[in-house]
Amino acid sequence: MSVPPFELFYREHREPVFAYLVRALGRDAAEDAFQETFLRALRAYPRLEHGRHLRAWVFTIAGRIALDEHRRRRPAGEAPEVAAFDAEPAYAELAPFTEGLPPTERAAVVLRYGYDLAYEDIGAVLGSSEEAARQAASSGVRRLRERRLQ
Amino acid sequence: MSVPADLDRRFREAAVAAGLVDVAYDLVDSPLGALFVAVSERGLCWISFGDEESEPSETLARRLGARVLRASRPVDPARRELSEYFEGRRREFGLPVDLGGLPAFQRSVLAELIRVPYGEVSTYGRLAARLGKPRAARAVGGALNRNPVPIVVPCHRIVGAGGSLVGYAGGLERKRALLELEAVGPAGA
Repeated sequence: MSVPPFELFYREHREPVFAYLVRALGRDAAEDAFQETFLRALRAYPRLEHGRHLRAWVFTIAGRIALDEHRRRRPAGEAPEVAAFDAEPAYAELAPFTEGLPPTERAAVVLRYGYDLAYEDIGAVLGSSEEAARQAASSGVRRLRERRLQ
Repeated sequence: MSVPADLDRRFREAAVAAGLVDVAYDLVDSPLGALFVAVSERGLCWISFGDEESEPSETLARRLGARVLRASRPVDPARRELSEYFEGRRREFGLPVDLGGLPAFQRSVLAELIRVPYGEVSTYGRLAARLGKPRAARAVGGALNRNPVPIVVPCHRIVGAGGSLVGYAGGLERKRALLELEAVGPAGA
């Protein structure tokens, strides 16, 4: 399945992504997060190798941005409400495989192995460096392996 | 939940401003009906008749990159020149044309075609001869039929050897209208 023109992808997903961000962040913050979600998707779009799971992919990006916004708002030292995000469709299609991983590792694993994105692009999506993205994916895979052995 | 129109517009403008768009397009009104007009960083890359968006978007995504986005501002210069052309105030287009991603033969045919001036017509055979391939009139016709930038790359100025209109991807009525606009006279009569 080839990657569709961005316009078609955007039209298909803009409303559910916006609704999700409004639920997660409130109306005002949702607007900035919405723009950031689709700009990050545009940055990474040329490296997508197929058009499968685009819904999960864009919700992964939106979920990551919403989580960052929640972290930014919370006082230092308090743990973010990760579970609230895990319940959203951000990881829905790949949830069974990566469930329970820390959010960054989970996003990195999904983007690397679910979407074949290069680490440079995963970094762009996550708002981190290429190396940080590589480490997050590697750490996530290690955690999944350990879980399998238990 | 629908996305506010203002937010949608801001996203599109930000995408263009950030240089993240391979092809920007918009629908443009004209006396011949709606036109789908698309531009890349290198120039005008597509015009088609009608308001259908999916098919031209998919063709452009394969040809020039998948980041095809509807955005009005990058299309404004083309909109302006087309409007002037249809009002009879413009005889030549100043916009660069992007023929990237097309087969070499088609590019050479279209590059030669651009030299046929406003208000004149030529034939498939003459165009083939000017390309140094006098026997390739049929192949030239095929290349014109797939012209991605009609009107600006003026395939409507190419007629059959006897002066008949022959064919036009946008329909013979539109070809006749364009020739009449350029006051070529009743070509094909």
